Amino acid sequence: MNEWLQGNLYFGFFLALGTYVIGLALQKRFPYTIFNPLLISSVLCVAVLLIFDIDYETFDAGAEHITYFLTPCTVCLAIPMYKQLKVLRKNLAAILLGIGSGCLAAALSIWGMCALLGLDGEIYHSLQPKSVTTAIAMGVAEELGGKTGITVMAVVVTGIFGAVTAKLVCRLFRIKNPVAIGLACGNAAHAIGTSRALEFGEVEGAMSSLAVVAAGIITVVLAPLFAGLIP
Amino acid sequence: MKYLKQLMIIMAVSFAGELLNRLLPLPVPGSVYGLLIMFLCLASGLIKLEQVEEAGTFLIKVMPALFIGPCVSLMTMGGDLAGKLIPILAVCLASTVAVMAVTGLVSQAVLSRKAKKEGKAHE
Repeated sequence: MNEWLQGNLYFGFFLALGTYVIGLALQKRFPYTIFNPLLISSVLCVAVLLIFDIDYETFDAGAEHITYFLTPCTVCLAIPMYKQLKVLRKNLAAILLGIGSGCLAAALSIWGMCALLGLDGEIYHSLQPKSVTTAIAMGVAEELGGKTGITVMAVVVTGIFGAVTAKLVCRLFRIKNPVAIGLACGNAAHAIGTSRALEFGEVEGAMSSLAVVAAGIITVVLAPLFAGLIP
Repeated sequence: MKYLKQLMIIMAVSFAGELLNRLLPLPVPGSVYGLLIMFLCLASGLIKLEQVEEAGTFLIKVMPALFIGPCVSLMTMGGDLAGKLIPILAVCLASTVAVMAVTGLVSQAVLSRKAKKEGKAHE
């Protein structure tokens, strides 16, 4: 099968988009956080490659072209942030202090856990940006010398886990203010947390989408400072 | 034509962001420079929201599909990763709870202090 498909760029392109469309349909049918289209698509791609004994390189030759849109997509994250400019100005202190300390908690907890569990530098650098949106996380991991595959997986796992536990964590720590709940969801679980925050309410959703971008930018600054702790 | 023009502006900003990544000796991804440039252009009115909104919203919506390739690349690391999967998951879960709790508690404390101050000013 492999030699048939080698050099056919549209195989990887089609398989990636086709399985993603299946993932979207499944999520519509079963509206649970765990039915994440990216997760479903990746599992289906791996299954197809393994069943038909196709090389990853044959798939990636096409699929990598989709990833080239990473920079333009990240650039566009400025649009929702600009739309929230009023909310941003009104709650500037709470947003900066809340997200800043949240990002610091991320840096310290990831370093502490990695050191405790004896994970090596490459995995540590891959995990450092795992709380922020995938586009920025991948860029940061690349700059630090991590493996972007691990980063993407960790980002998705983090998002799903954060969204599933958001209500419980907020109740446990008595976080009741809607602005605070939104910031917590967006900072801990990026876009997946934002879709959960939108179910809580409009304020929560807006604050969460703002937190996603702000956390990304703060992590860009913080991650390199903590990178040297596990070389 | 509208989409093409919008895409052109987004690509121009992306190009400028990647240029800055080359020029400045900081570990900041070109995409994040681009994000900041786009935000400043929108906030200053240099780029109007209508000039990028449709194409931008489309790109944001399809964004998760960009990460299928990197996600699937995990299959090539299978052996190296197998033993480390549980620790990696443990790091993800613990730090997610930590980030959520700290962000929520700190911002809630700042907000309730601000509310108290404003309450006093009204008296």
